Amino acid sequence: MLQIRFHGRGGQGVVTAAELLSIAAFAQGHHAQAFPSFGSERTGAPVVAFCRIDDREIRVREPILAPDVLIVQDPTLLHQVDVFQGLGADGYVLINSKRGFDELGVGEIAQRFRRERLLTVPATEIALKHLGRPLPNAVLLGGFAALTGIVTLDAVAHAIRDKFTGKVADGNVAAATEAYQAVSHALVEVTDAQAD
Amino acid sequence: MLKQTEGSHAVAEAVALCRPDVICAYPISPQTHIVEGLGELVKSGALAPCEFINVESEFAAMSVAIGASAAGARAYTATASQGLLFMAEAVYNASGLGLPIVMTVANRAIGAPINIWNDHSDAMSQRDSGWLQLYAETNQEAVDLHIQAFKLAEELSMPVMVCMDGFILTHAVERVDVPEPTDVDAFLPPYSPRQVLDPADPVSIGAMVGPEAFMEVRYLAHAKQLSALEHIPRIAAEFEARFGRTSGGLVRGYRCDDAETIVVALGSVIGTLKETVDALRADGVKVGVLGIQSYRPFPLAAVRAALQGAQRVVVLEKSFCVGLGGVVSTDVRVALSGLQLHGYTVVAGLGGRAITRASLERMLKDAVADRLAPLTFLDLDWRIVERQLAREAQTRRSGPIAENLLRDVGTVAAKVA
Repeated sequence: MLQIRFHGRGGQGVVTAAELLSIAAFAQGHHAQAFPSFGSERTGAPVVAFCRIDDREIRVREPILAPDVLIVQDPTLLHQVDVFQGLGADGYVLINSKRGFDELGVGEIAQRFRRERLLTVPATEIALKHLGRPLPNAVLLGGFAALTGIVTLDAVAHAIRDKFTGKVADGNVAAATEAYQAVSHALVEVTDAQAD
Repeated sequence: MLKQTEGSHAVAEAVALCRPDVICAYPISPQTHIVEGLGELVKSGALAPCEFINVESEFAAMSVAIGASAAGARAYTATASQGLLFMAEAVYNASGLGLPIVMTVANRAIGAPINIWNDHSDAMSQRDSGWLQLYAETNQEAVDLHIQAFKLAEELSMPVMVCMDGFILTHAVERVDVPEPTDVDAFLPPYSPRQVLDPADPVSIGAMVGPEAFMEVRYLAHAKQLSALEHIPRIAAEFEARFGRTSGGLVRGYRCDDAETIVVALGSVIGTLKETVDALRADGVKVGVLGIQSYRPFPLAAVRAALQGAQRVVVLEKSFCVGLGGVVSTDVRVALSGLQLHGYTVVAGLGGRAITRASLERMLKDAVADRLAPLTFLDLDWRIVERQLAREAQTRRSGPIAENLLRDVGTVAAKVA
């Protein structure tokens, strides 16, 4: 079973991100379970959402305490919430930022994990370009697809079109595609650097 | 049709498939998405004919459901927590009058302290109201139980509550097979009331009954619930024959056959318990889970039959009777009377406290070793409890308990779970 934890702020579509990922996984024939952290969400307050993906029925109902993947939609949470809590040494991390891990002040924490599994992607900027609004959630799922290979970009696009229509759907698909390409490109750079 | 959807949305679709004539509801978390979904279906014309009535309170919601049902309409509402308490007088009237209303309870704690999260206190507060109470383990079962509930309610002419864990199920997005309309139509015949307010054939409903017949009316309600012990498994079997999956029924065991220790539970925590049982079984510990799907009527014989081969029984419940202990465990004890079993009550998950595999595994290992206290509060933070008790011993004006404990806990925004 793969467990993905989303961190963001109320208004950023954190819960929707988890739902979209579960729809993408379902579209690829997997079992998936998405659920929010059940708070009384307020705009701007820290929000957590969860997604589990497996090839058999998912019965467990506890929050995800030991994630395989972290998606951080708002980098200002890095110094407010212990987002890395429970992440294993082989875990993936995708942070919405145009800065790197060192610049974000989490370089030391990042050393505990595998370099080629940690990436940042400027999802807010990509969202502004395609949607005109700073909504990084669906964008990051494009990056997630490239980083982990757990779901395909096609499945992410399918999920976006399942949940949204018209310009919102088109913009999100375009933004997710750009994030997919950006992360794919960054991964090649990391691999090349490691080969050197 | 198999789809990946939110529990609330799936339940809204299932209720719509049952073709209710009247839906009346007042929004309250975590029930809101269900009635929003139904409101959309009525507004779009997808669910027609159906009247969606916005009411001003839960008391009005149940009162409208009573009026609609008495007039021969298939009536549905949904609520939770304080909303259920606010409609309590009408809840008793619905069952006392024998009106087959179906109501979803999106289970949530009761305040004070105000808390929007899940436990079973709300539905348990109405366990003696005369309503039947069915508990869903998954969103698939929540969908299936609603379809069964209308059939059950109308066959008995008694109201049925379908209980599903608030947030944990209502807000979870997972795989659900939403039945085809033709199958639901074939399974659930149109409503044919036993009693109806019909100008062409006038009757009155709601007579005052004095000592001469009140006990008999009450006894007949009990007799109906007892007869439901036969209707519920039969309807579940009919459902399985048509839809091809097991949902509902009275009780359902998991790895209970040779189990020395059996955990009894209601609702979605059964899933986490199954995972825990599998892990313990892999270590050679003989444990099983017994899920109770029908809490009212309480299936005494089925519970006894499922548990009598075990050495110990742990009732894990999301409800708590202050001044006594367990609520469900009291009923389980009646089912086990005369048997020499070790019995434990574990109160867990109150007000949304996460019930984790790690905690369940620890607790079950203690149970197997008979180290468990007869009444255990899973993951209780004794540190803040002791601190408050010390404060009260030390100072007369020790202040409001909830506020004191929140100060002791500190900020929770930084916590992940």
